[in-house]
Amino acid sequence: MVADVTAPELGLRGIATELNTPPRTRARSRARSIGRGNVTHIIVLTLTAVYFLLPLYAAGKFALTVDGHFSWAGLKGISKQDGFKDAFVLSFKLALVTTLISLALMVPTAVLVHLRFPNLRRFFDGLTLLPIVIPPVVLIVGVLQVAPQKLKGTPYLLALEYVVLAMPFMYRSLDAGLRSFDLRTIVDASRSLGGGWLSTLWHVLLPNLRSAVLSGVVLTVALVLGEYTMATLDQYTTFPVWIVYNDQSSSQTSVAASLLALLVTWLVLIIIAAFGGQRRGRGNREEA
Amino acid sequence: MTEVTTGSSADRRTAAATSPAPLIATAAEGGAHVEFVGVTRSFGQTRALDGLTVDIAPGELLALLGPSGCGKTTALRVLAGFEHADAGQVMVDGRDVIAVPARKRDMGMVFQSYSLFPTMTALDNVAYGLRLRKQSGPVRRHAAQELLDMVGLAPQAKRYPHQMSGGQQQRVALARALAIEPRVLLLDEPLSALDAKVRIALRDQIRALQQRLGTTTLFVTHDQEEALSMADRVGVMRNGRLEQVASPTELYTQPATPFVAEFVGTMNRIPGQTADQQVMVLGSTVPFTGPPEARGVVDVLVRPEGLAVTPDRNGDAIVTSHSFRGAVTRLGVQLSGDSAVWVDLSSDAASTITPGDPVRVTLTATRVLVDVPQ
Repeated sequence: MVADVTAPELGLRGIATELNTPPRTRARSRARSIGRGNVTHIIVLTLTAVYFLLPLYAAGKFALTVDGHFSWAGLKGISKQDGFKDAFVLSFKLALVTTLISLALMVPTAVLVHLRFPNLRRFFDGLTLLPIVIPPVVLIVGVLQVAPQKLKGTPYLLALEYVVLAMPFMYRSLDAGLRSFDLRTIVDASRSLGGGWLSTLWHVLLPNLRSAVLSGVVLTVALVLGEYTMATLDQYTTFPVWIVYNDQSSSQTSVAASLLALLVTWLVLIIIAAFGGQRRGRGNREEA
Repeated sequence: MTEVTTGSSADRRTAAATSPAPLIATAAEGGAHVEFVGVTRSFGQTRALDGLTVDIAPGELLALLGPSGCGKTTALRVLAGFEHADAGQVMVDGRDVIAVPARKRDMGMVFQSYSLFPTMTALDNVAYGLRLRKQSGPVRRHAAQELLDMVGLAPQAKRYPHQMSGGQQQRVALARALAIEPRVLLLDEPLSALDAKVRIALRDQIRALQQRLGTTTLFVTHDQEEALSMADRVGVMRNGRLEQVASPTELYTQPATPFVAEFVGTMNRIPGQTADQQVMVLGSTVPFTGPPEARGVVDVLVRPEGLAVTPDRNGDAIVTSHSFRGAVTRLGVQLSGDSAVWVDLSSDAASTITPGDPVRVTLTATRVLVDVPQ
């Protein structure tokens, strides 16, 4: 009976049964149960890993092989390519500006929708799908129609467009965060203690929304660092655009740059996550 | 408990050496006088408050009691400033506060659901209101520690809400509400999420603290036992209106309306017949009060202790149940006709009566309430 129970099914009842089972039987049953469960788990995880890691491996192999031998030459050559630094810096500036505008717009909006206009939640659920289903070309035409003339000559126009693109990710992250605690009661508690909207937002809501904000920021940064279509149509050489241009003259360097971008993006995301963690630690110690 | 007191006293001494005089000492300086004057509030077609008029004396604990949807929480939220009133005035110490935003009303509130800030420790939660009032770090920490000590939670000061039980969280919430030295303390069913044992202990603690600090308190509950045991006066609400405001004893013994009579405690309905100012019931004729439409054939409302049962072989009633409750025993008795009643009897007297015995039921109440028959 016990031997037929697979590992994931061993809840408290299973553990209790195990403790009452003689050692030899227990070892045998564990071997059988773990064996069965693990095979399935390993197959599932391996398939997923192969699906996602194989292209990366292929790209790495292509970028780091010269005349059939391993070589760093592809990576070393990136910085010498024309326009690399400008494109790289531009993409990071755009990521920063987009993230700041998105946070400034979406945090108060999401809080207001949850607190004051709960009937609008369904409307916003639908609205957040629009940037995903509307083609970037259409979005650009729309933005160009309403964008201030001064911005039309600068790459920061792209940041405005990216805010629209990032809106679903930012809003949905915040939405999930706001659903995870009793917003109304906590806001009322803060107000009854003398908290205005800004102090409530800063001292009470943002600390509770830290992981939601972090998740929104990570998605926004990743989106901006990888966006190609809008940048091309607006004729700005962001990093992804540079990679494609460069691919025509030096495909190996271009693929190496893509890998580098991936690594740098991961690094940035790790830094953002670590920054969030540190802030929490400081916040906790401050008053304790 | 001893350990808690000892530890916190030491803390207090240490803090007192480095901080100004305790803030809490000033909290006892008289509560505010609160008046609702014809307050009306509607949500769509529903009138949650329908001309509510009631006053709360300084230092008094007034409980608003009623079924869900009766408007009691709306009344509290209007006083807190979380809801606006469509009409009427809310006066605190003679000043209409309707236009004052919630954050400037100085009202400490304990909510029904757990309302502690999840990312702050118990100490930070309690100190939050003082932080907003720009108190210095040592002052607010000292005050918060003192309040946590007062609710018996000094050792839990550094715990986060998720590390505390529901009862502890509500005690921290109470300390947090008191930290700002509120003019009025608002309690919105703060005990309803707790289990029975914790509820009773916390009920007594809240009442003792409230009396010690003398803070005017509005307490909203649907639990009559809570209201009757804690409040100086209880207001029973129905459909946005107050049916009666009275002391717990008066509310129980002299309910003004059939609704109050039946909402508070157990009430029997026995058929009777009115004539002039008297009503005939169970062979007795007694004076009555009640709504003007209840005349002629009526239901007479009598508490279980307002009836007496005597064993009688020729009696026209039969005992159907026997429930021992310590000093008293509650008997279920089937009267002739359709009606059945509860009768409370001293357990000594009830010991000779068993279910199935024929008995005679008589009225001992000297004044009764009548209602239209149901």
